[in-house]
Order: sequence, then C-alpha cells, then structure tokens
Amino acid sequence: MKKSVFFSALTVAGLAATASAAATLDDVKARGTLNCGVATGVPGFAAPNASGEWEGFDVAVCRAVATAVLGDPMAVEFVPTTGKTRFTALASGEIDVLARNTTWTFSRDVDLKFTFIGVNYYDGQGFMVPKELGVSSAKELDGATVCIQTGTTTELNLADFFRVNNLSYEPVPIETNSEAQQQYLAGACDVYTTDASGLAATRSTFENAADHVILPEIISKEPLGPLVRHGDDEWGDVVRWSFYAMVAAEEYGVTSANVGEMSATAGDNPEVNRLLGTEGNLGEMLGLDADFAKKIIENVGNYGEVFAANIGESTPIGLARGLNAQYTEGGLIYAPPFR
Amino acid sequence: MSNLHADTVAYVRDTMLEQREPPLSTVGILGWGKKNLFTGPFNTIVTILCTVFVAYVLWMLLPWFISPTWQAASLYECQGILRELGRDGGHFGGACWGVIRDRWVQLLAGFYPSDLYWRPLLALALLGVAIAPVLFTRLPRKLVWFTAVYPVVFPWLLWGGAVWVPLLVIAGVMLSVFVYKLVGRFSSPLFGIIAGVLFAVFWFTWATGAISTTIDRVVGSARIESVLAETDAQIAELTAESVALEAEIDATEARILEIISSVSEPEGAGDGAYLDAIQRAAPDRAILADLRDELFVVGGELGRLRALKRQIDDLPAQISMLPDLEEEAIELRQALPDSVKDVHSEVAMDTLQAQILQGDIDVPTEDLNALKKTLAAEKNVADTERAIRSTYNDVARIGLEPVSSRRFGGMLVSITIGVVAIACSLPLGIVLALGRQSDLLIVKSLCVGFIELMRGVPLITLLFVASTLLNVFLPPGTNFDIILRVIIMATLFASAYMAEVIRGGLAALSKGQYEGADSLGLNYWQAQRLIIMPQALKISIPGIVSTFIGLFKDTTLVSVIGILDPLGLSTSIRSDQAWNGVVWELYGFIALLFFICCFSMSRYSMYLERKLQTGHR
Amino acid sequence: MATTVSEPPKAGFRLSMLIYDTRYRSMTIQVVALIGFLILIGFLVSNTIQNLNELGKDVSFDFLEEPAGYDINQTLLDYNNQHSHLRAAVIGLLNTLLVAFLGCITATIIGVIVGVARLSNNWLVARLMTIYVEMFRNVPVLLWIVFAMAILIETLPSPRDFKSGEATMSLFGSTAFANQGIFIPRLMATPYAWLLLLVFLVCVAAVIYIRKRALKVQANTGRLPKTGLISLVTLVVPVCVVFLGLSALSRSNTQVMIAAGLDQPVTAAVAAEELGSFDLCYPSGSASSLAARQFLEAAEIKYRRQDYFSKDAARRNFIRGRCDVLVVDQSSASATLAALSEEMRDGTKLTVLADDFSEGNAVRVEYPRITETGIPRFEGGTVLRNSLLALWLALSLYTAAFIAEIVRAGILAISAGQTEAASALGLRPKRIMSLVVLPQALRVIIPPLISQYLNLTKNSSLAIAVGYMDLTGTLMGITLNQTGKELETLMIGMLIYLLISLSISAGMNWYNNRVKLVER
Repeated sequence: MKKSVFFSALTVAGLAATASAAATLDDVKARGTLNCGVATGVPGFAAPNASGEWEGFDVAVCRAVATAVLGDPMAVEFVPTTGKTRFTALASGEIDVLARNTTWTFSRDVDLKFTFIGVNYYDGQGFMVPKELGVSSAKELDGATVCIQTGTTTELNLADFFRVNNLSYEPVPIETNSEAQQQYLAGACDVYTTDASGLAATRSTFENAADHVILPEIISKEPLGPLVRHGDDEWGDVVRWSFYAMVAAEEYGVTSANVGEMSATAGDNPEVNRLLGTEGNLGEMLGLDADFAKKIIENVGNYGEVFAANIGESTPIGLARGLNAQYTEGGLIYAPPFR
Repeated sequence: MSNLHADTVAYVRDTMLEQREPPLSTVGILGWGKKNLFTGPFNTIVTILCTVFVAYVLWMLLPWFISPTWQAASLYECQGILRELGRDGGHFGGACWGVIRDRWVQLLAGFYPSDLYWRPLLALALLGVAIAPVLFTRLPRKLVWFTAVYPVVFPWLLWGGAVWVPLLVIAGVMLSVFVYKLVGRFSSPLFGIIAGVLFAVFWFTWATGAISTTIDRVVGSARIESVLAETDAQIAELTAESVALEAEIDATEARILEIISSVSEPEGAGDGAYLDAIQRAAPDRAILADLRDELFVVGGELGRLRALKRQIDDLPAQISMLPDLEEEAIELRQALPDSVKDVHSEVAMDTLQAQILQGDIDVPTEDLNALKKTLAAEKNVADTERAIRSTYNDVARIGLEPVSSRRFGGMLVSITIGVVAIACSLPLGIVLALGRQSDLLIVKSLCVGFIELMRGVPLITLLFVASTLLNVFLPPGTNFDIILRVIIMATLFASAYMAEVIRGGLAALSKGQYEGADSLGLNYWQAQRLIIMPQALKISIPGIVSTFIGLFKDTTLVSVIGILDPLGLSTSIRSDQAWNGVVWELYGFIALLFFICCFSMSRYSMYLERKLQTGHR
Repeated sequence: MATTVSEPPKAGFRLSMLIYDTRYRSMTIQVVALIGFLILIGFLVSNTIQNLNELGKDVSFDFLEEPAGYDINQTLLDYNNQHSHLRAAVIGLLNTLLVAFLGCITATIIGVIVGVARLSNNWLVARLMTIYVEMFRNVPVLLWIVFAMAILIETLPSPRDFKSGEATMSLFGSTAFANQGIFIPRLMATPYAWLLLLVFLVCVAAVIYIRKRALKVQANTGRLPKTGLISLVTLVVPVCVVFLGLSALSRSNTQVMIAAGLDQPVTAAVAAEELGSFDLCYPSGSASSLAARQFLEAAEIKYRRQDYFSKDAARRNFIRGRCDVLVVDQSSASATLAALSEEMRDGTKLTVLADDFSEGNAVRVEYPRITETGIPRFEGGTVLRNSLLALWLALSLYTAAFIAEIVRAGILAISAGQTEAASALGLRPKRIMSLVVLPQALRVIIPPLISQYLNLTKNSSLAIAVGYMDLTGTLMGITLNQTGKELETLMIGMLIYLLISLSISAGMNWYNNRVKLVER
C-alpha cells in the first residue's frame, strides 16, 4: 500500500512509480512503453540523432522487444546509463532491459543477479596504436601510456595483461569514448584500448584511418548482450526470443523486404512457418501475438540487416561480421530452434 | 574696492577672461588615456603588456571564430570547406559551426517533443511573472496569488497530465489551511497545526488518488465512445501522413545526394565550388531535418494512439473479467490453510521461504503452492484493476499530454532541476534556519548536523547516492525516475545552503525587532510570520539568488551520472558519426549559454542588493 | 478585583501542561522531534535492510582487503594493482588532499593579485580583471575542468614530437611541457641525506631567531642591527659543510649489482649479453640507482629500468623476479645476497657482478629525458600528469575569481580614512596596501575565504571528469564499479569528505579567532 501513497503524492509531477520483481511483461503492456537502458553515446551502438531519436545496434534490440510486446518499435523510452549506474537502474526496476554493450561475466550473472539473455555481439579487448610507433605486437608496448575507459572490465584485463608479460605502462583513465579519442589523436596516450568493435568504430572516424593499426592481440573475451533481472523468467523469455527471432530470420533468409510475402501463407519450411506464426502457437506461449517475430522483422529487420545498417561494412563504422557471422558462415551467431 | 582704487591703479581689467579650453592632454581620449592608462612608467608598461596580450588572444581566436561552416552537415564537410579555403582542416583551422546549427535545439530542450516546446517556454515566462511581485514592489499585490499557485502550475506544464491533478493539490493546500484555522479557533493553535498537517497527509496520501480515480472513471466512461472514434480517425490520418513523409524524405535525400556528389573532395582548391554546393544543399537539408522531425513526432503520436486504441479495445473484456477474478482470489484466500493465511505479499512470502529454509518454521509444500496460487490470483486482480484505471486515466485526460522526465535534456534539465530544487529548498531552508537558531537543544543539534553533513560533502557524492542508493533507502517497490531522485538530493543539498543564507538574514535583524514583536504580545510563530521572516527574507534575496546560481551551475554535474544535460549531451552528440571529434564548438556554446544565464542573474541580484539596501537602512 | 492577588498556580503536574505550559512545551516539542527523527532513521534502515536482502547483498567491508586489480598513474605512496582496495582508497585520498592543497595556495595567490588589480587605477587592467572574474564565476567549474584538459591535450606537444625534434625541453633542458604532463627534475639522495634537510631546517630556525632578536633590539633602541651577512652565513655554511661531508662518505661508498640467473660472477657487460634482458631494479629518488644508471650508460650496456617507489619495493619485486639486477652497497653485498637467496623461492641463483662504482654525491638531480628506444616517453624525474594539472589549473582559476571578489570587498570595506591617514604619515601606496589596508581587510576576508577553500576541496571531486584518480575516482569510482559495494564505498567516501571539510573549517576558524579583533 505504501506504493499507492507515493504514487498519488507524485501524480502531481506526473511521474509513475512502478516496479515489481515479477511480471515485467504485464507492467510493460500496462505502461505502453518499454524502458530500455542504453549507453549515453557509443558510435554505432547507441546515440541520439538531431531529432532526438536513438539509433544504433543496441538500440535495435530495444526496438525489437518493444515491437514484440507492444507492436510498435517507437514505444521505447531510452534511459541513458553510465558504467556506474547501469546495474542499479536494472536492479531497481527503473529499466526493463539493459542493452548497453555489457560483458557477460560470471559475477554479473551470479553475484549481481542478472540474466543475460544471449550475446548480440562477440567482442574482445584490443589495442590501437599509431603506425609511426612501429609497434606490431602488444608485447612491444613496454612503457606505453594507455587510454582506458573506466567503469568496465577493460582496466582489469589491461592490468592483468601487462603484469603477466612483465611490461610497465601508464594508465590514463577516461570516462567516455570521445574523450579517449581526443587524447589518443593528440598523442597524450600512445595506445587506446577498448573492445575491438569500439576501436574499429573510433578508427573509422579518423581523418587518416590508415595511419593507425589495431594490434593482433585480443586480450579478453567480451560477449556483449542484453540482460534482465533475475527472477522473472517470462520476461527473460520474451527478450531472449525477440532477439533470437532476428537471428533465426537471418539464418532462414527472412528479411524485412520479403517477410510480408513469406508470412502471407504458410510456406515449405516448417521452422520459418513457426517463426512467422503461420504455424503453431509459439507467440501465445510467450504471452505475445502469434506474429510477433514477423512484426520484429518487418519493423526492425533481421540480425544481419540491423548489423549492416548500424555497424556493418557499408557504414562509417565498417565492422566485418567476423565472429558475429551466422554459424553457417563460420561465426558464432546461432539461434536455438523455434520449435 | 575697485572704486576706491580706480584712480590710483594704472590698469584694471574690466572684462572677464574667456574661459579657456583645458589643456589638450587632460581632456578627450588623450586626457582619459593619460589619467587611466599611462599615469607612470610602471602603469605604462602594464598597459602595453595588457594590450599586447589582448591583441595576441584576439589574433589567435578570431580567425578560428570566423569560419563559414554554418551550413555544414558533418565534421567531414567542415574540414572540406576549411581546406578549400586553404586552411588547416584540423582543430585549429577553424570552428565547425554546423554542429551548433544541427543541435542547438537539442542542447536547449533535449528530447522534449518538438510540438510541445511552447510548454517549457510558457513555464519559463510564467516563472518571470511569478517572481515579479517578490522583486518589484510597485506591481499589484494581487499577483502574489499567482506566485502562490505557480509551484503547482510549473510541474503541470512541464510534465503534463490531467487538469484536475494540480487543482486537487491546490484544493488540498487550501483545505489544510481551512482545517488549521477551524481547529485553531476552537482549541489551541498547536492543535490547529497538528490537525492541518494530519489532514494534508490524509489528503495527499489517499484522497487525491481516490478522487482523481473517480473523476477518471466518470469522465472516462462518458468519453470512451467519442475518444475511440477520434483515435481511429487520427490513426488513419497519421498513417497516411507518415507514408507521405517517408516518400518525401526519400526524395529530399536523393536531391541532396545529387548536389553533394556533384563536387569531388576538394584539396584546397580555393574555387569555392565545395562551399557553394553545401550552401545549395542547405535549404534541402533544412527541409529534410524538418521532415525527419515531423516523422519522428508523427511516429510517436501514432504509437501512442495505437496503444490507446488497444487499451480501449481490451477494456470491456477486462471489466467483465474483473468480478470473476476477484471472486477467485477471495475464494483461494479463504481456502488457505492457517499456516500461510497471514502472508499477503511476495516480499512476505520470500521471508517465509527463507525461514523455512533455515528450519525455523515448518510449512507443508502444498500449503506453499496454494499460497503461491493465491498471490498470483491477487496480483492478477491488482494488475487488471491497474490496467482499467490507467485506461480510464488515458481516456479521461482533459489537460496536457504527459511527458516523461526521461525526455528532458539539455538546458531544460538544468533549469528544471535548478528551479524545482531551489523552490523546494526555500521552505526547508527556513525551517532549518529557525531550528538552528532555536533554544531547543535537540532540535538545534539535529538541524546543525543535517546542515553540516550536506555542506561538508561534495554534490557529486550526493548524486551518486541519488543514482545508486536512494532506491535502497526507500520502501521496497518504490521507484522514482532518475531526474526526480536528483531533484530530491539537490533539494536537500540546496536547503542546507539556503538555511545558512536565511540564518544570515535573521542575524542581520536588530534585536529590537524581536523585542518589539514580544512587546506586542505576539507568539513565536506570529512574530516569525508577521515581523521577522518578511524582513529576513528580503535581506536574504541576493544570497538566495547566488545560491540559485551556484546550484544552477552545479547541475552540470548530473552528466557524470548519465543524465543528458548540455554537457552530457555533448558526449552523445560526439557519438554521432557526423560530429565525432568536435570539441571546442560544443563546450564554447554550452559555456556561453551558462554565462548568459548566470551573468544576467548575478547582475540582477547586484541591482537588487543596491535597491534593497536603500530601502532597508 | 484590585485587591485580590492572583493565586500562584497550583503545584502539581497535569498532562495538559505539556502543551500549554511554555516550561514543558519545549520539552514536548523536543521529544516529539527526537522520536520523529528516530522513526525516520529506523524507517530508512529497515528499508535498506529489506532492499539489500531482496537484492541478495550484505553489508560488509571485507572487499577493502581484496586486491584492487587496477593501476593508478599518479601516486604519492607505493602502489600497484596487487595492493588492496583500501590502499587504493588511501592513494585517492592523498591525491584529493594534494590537489586541494595546491589549489588553495594558487587560488589564494591569484585571487589576491586579481582582487587588488581590479581596484587598480589602470583602466585596462581593471577591465581585464573584471572580464576574468565574470568569465570564471559564471560558467560551471566542470566545464572549466574539461576545457583546461582539452587545452593541455591539444596545444602541448606529445613525447613523439620531443623525440622527432619538433619540440624541445624548456628551462635549460630540464623540464618538458608535454601533453602527457609536465616532466620536472627530481632530487636523488643517499639514505643519510635526511641529515641535510634537518640541518637546513635548524639553520632556517636559527635565521628566524636572529631576525627576531634584531627586531627586539630595534624595538628597544630604535636601531635595526644589520643581520644580512650573519643570516646568509648561518644559512649556507652548515648546509655546505654537511653536504660535503656526506658526499665524501657516499663517494667512497662503493656499489655493486646483484643479478639473478647467472652461474658465476661476471661483468655487467657479459651479464647483459647472457641474460638477454637486463632489467635494472630502480628505486626512485635513490642516488645509488642514478649512479648505476650512469655506470651502465658509460659502459654502453643495454638495460631496461623498472621504476619502483622505494628500495623495499624494488627488493620485493626482485624477489618476485620482476626485475633482474639489484644495486646494493658493497660492504653489505654478501649479507644481502645470502638473505635474498633464502627468500627466492624458486631457487634462482644469485651472483654479485664483478663491476663496482661509487654512489656519487649525497644529493643529485635527475633530469627527465626522452627514451631512445621503444615507445617515446619520458624517463626519470617526476611527472605532474595533465589530469592533475588540468584540475589544479581549473580549480585555482575558478576559485581565484571568487577569492578576488572577496578580497575586493574586503579592501573596499576598509574606510578611506585609513588610507588617507596612512598617506598623511608619508607611506607610499604599496606600503599602505601591505601595512595598513590588507591586515585590516584580512579580518573581513577570512571567513568567506574559508568557505571558498571548502568549496575548492569539494570541487576537487570533479577529478573524475579528467581521470585524475582522487577519492571519487578510486573508492567511489573504480572500486565501486568492480565490487558493486555502493552503500559501503559511498558511505566511507562521504564520511571522509565530511571529516576533511570539518577539519578545514575547524582549523581556519581557529586561525580566524586568533586574528579577530577583540571587541567589547
């Protein structure tokens, strides 16, 4: 009842106070919007454009979930979070899902009590150096001044790497990617280390991108993925299968262009039929419409399309699929069967 | 005298000399210069050094400032333009003003819906009207009533909502005062205060919710048909509009691409073709930006309407289902075994399970399962009720479209936090200041402790508390959004400073004022209300203004906890591919915004200080 | 009516007196306030416990003992990533105090100069100072901090430029203004060099005493005895004598090197070849390491220096195998060798190299210089990182603008009669300012000055914006992030800030009370 006390006191300010450990799906439906935690700004992954509309690879996950639950990719409230505030925001129910390039680690899963619903980007920590330094391996970085983003696992990985290899270095902790870029370009640090995707994205914006190399060593595994609170498995399932719907769609060749046609009638491939809701009742089992996956693909696109539109090789970020190709093409992206 | 000596003196001047011009070196620019700039060798050297310094700074900065990049649509284009002019394309070649053209609205208003910009503007304009009677004594006194109502109008305008919510708040305050007066007349004033406070607590915790729900239901059922029809019509209209907009956007994009791709990348060509192309593309780009804005607005509106339509469609089923659900929940509850009968919430069940695990209590598994089922049914009832309530609320809303505080950003967020925190901290500060002045030891030490705690820690630690800990301190299940949490902490922070400012005002009053009040037979509160506070607050106004300026500047700290104030937005803007690498232009623009606000406020407070001094002493 | 004297109130206590009797009412209010306060505390605590339970967290401070795992680039104490979170927090606290201390000093100096200059009768100076004050006062300090950082990064040359010759060292080649920070020379001393410092301090005390005596004589006789020469001699001679004595000792103190992983005693040149990597354990600030460096460079032996905070740290790392060559006194070499061999767990063989060299003078200066091989960077000397510089610069300039206003107000508060009287006595304007106006203005200035110092200290927590590892960056930053202990870290952090603030204001209030005019 205390909740209603605060609720009515706050209607003045027009602010709703709702959070509960369970039944996030019902909350989201009742609210009509999905609260999605994103980064305050990472090129290609999440950033607002001039109209105030958020765009990016992580943002697409939010939009997919909103489409699945509410039928509307725009029904998302984006909550910018920092490395420090993201977990509190999720734990306290301020956001329903966190899609902020967050590494899946044991302690976050077990100790902080979150459920990672999958991996939407396989990443690893790498190093970028200017060519003029003449460095070709991270083992040659003795005495380097290294820019690192704080609030992540990056700085621990870095300390471990240099300690194991008995190299010395000077850390320069940085809050945001753009500041790191500024320091790196001015030569205030010799090396910039962060996730390889971030390095590539940063390098792509340089005037002379060819003057900088990304070293071959990847010193950590960084499986990045969206996460939800422990203890609400229905909601976890909704987010998980909204994401996997995009992955499976790419595998079966369902794109935003042909999804209308393919879902009009049941086709030959039963898996595609189940995915698009022309056969079976997978959507209902999740508490969603039968054609939730169709709507996602129609409005957001499949995994490959989202990748290509936000961070793919045709964009300024220019990331190759690499580990993030479908398993059929030698990558790690793999959706469990829709059955 | 002259008569007496008229004959003895050989020459007497009988006409006054013409008044001569002062020497050229003491008047005009020369004189002024001699007096103010070149009084001695030391001063002359200092003057020359200063002039050289100023000239050097201007020499360095002006070429950077003067840079024809207003129309550029990305940093890349800025560099192109600068190189075409034969300048260095890097940071020092010239400013890239395109980023300001592209994002200035965002830096001011954040993500506030662009069709609702009139609301924050109106709120600010009304803020001026509300403060006016406090600052200008010549204005009609009746305006004070508006000042009293304004604290309710401001949040309503910014956050929106049904019109009766602010009305209920105003009614609550008036009724509380009425209760205080009524009870106070028939018993002691102390009882009056207690009764008034109790009534206010009752009103704001329970009655407002109940009344607004009732209003929602009554108005909602009356309007539901018309709203549904209207929504359908609007959805159809907006869908058509968004399709048209998309087509138009594609066409405009193609036009722009054509113009831009007609010129190749310049390498200091100097023929102006690149700049020319960008300028030719500028009108289309403006159109494109407008179209995109419009599409964004239309898309948002469409989503809202669709959600509303879905809610309305679901409503009859929900209403018809509710009695069954309730009955089921009651039956289940009654059938519960005694061992778990008193468990009413999930939190309590968690505690119970923990106790079972530790072996303190023994409850059969089937009892627990029954309990789980009951709780689920009860939750279902509550959820359905909530859904019905929220649908009625949406249908019945006569007033402003609600805007969630996540959409606040840029200067709007700074101003909102600053204004709300200062307004709320004023009453708190008065109470704390009086507490600190009081003879009551416990009250005094509590106040001193609070003030010193708040003044002793940096604001940023309080913001960390707001972002990570405040929800932990509040009852389980409550959850304010981050802006509100920041406002709470900023209010507490500002109230400590406010208390010190007001304490200064109280200390400045002569003892005679207190004695005079006593001799009139006024009690403590009467004396404070009628004699002390009006004077003390008047003296404190400059201090209050400078506290406000300080807090307003400190709102930039919220960027550290991920709120997109101007400084936080600058990071987000730089994450956009088009503007990745822009630094000085954004910082400079933000600094300018703050400078304008703070400088004008501080000048005004100085003017007030002078005015109040003559009025008072 | 007139004759009846009102009865004194009946003795005895009625419950209603708690409300109506002013004697008891204050008690009632206090008790109510106390109960309300306790209820509030209880409410918050019970909520916290319940919420933490739900989140599955417990309140414990054990994490402070765990290894921090991250590095800090500007430390006043020995620190590496294997030290505990507590140690990291202490490093952060010292960094906070450092920047606050430096900031207060420079802000006061700039503030006083600007405040006086604003009252200058030179129009241009007064205007410029006004612009400075308004510019800094009306723009948020966080913006100035990021601005200062951006300026340092973008305008100063990088170490790469120093190597390629595009930039050169300043101040006679002793200091490098680079965009990683300012690299300045540092003193390298023998273990007994503290004697020198002690002697110097004693001499300073003696000079002060001489000066006081002279003033006393002046007060008694009106004649100021000449003390300049005596003071100079007192200051210089003992220090020189001690320095020469210590240097003679240390120059005869021969140093040798202990190397790990060699079978027989060889020369350093041979050892370098055999070992492949010749990592010199280099305790900063120690004269013997400088001597070893110079010896190796003279012999043209390729080596790599591993800097450590102290001799102890160097020794520890030598035992762990992080560096290969340790410099020790020849006299104690065999004893040290034995002790080290015992501590080396993996049984690595240790040998004393055949070369020896003298320790050199008692105190010497080590200049920073750019490395020849590998990634260009500055080696030797001390560095002020640009995060520290930006924070220091921005905080002092920002606070100085406020101090300038306080100083100006203080000077204006002194009545014109004081100045006029002083000039009637024949004092020159400069002396009027320093002898008459400022001392009086000081009384007006100090109380607001204290609160500016407090503000500066609190604003130093914005270090997080430029990556300076102060208390907010370590304990309330990375430690919080890595351990997820929000409640504990924030509580400790806030408590420390509160203690700093309270002690600053207590100290300054004590000073204020001392200089305050004793009023009737």
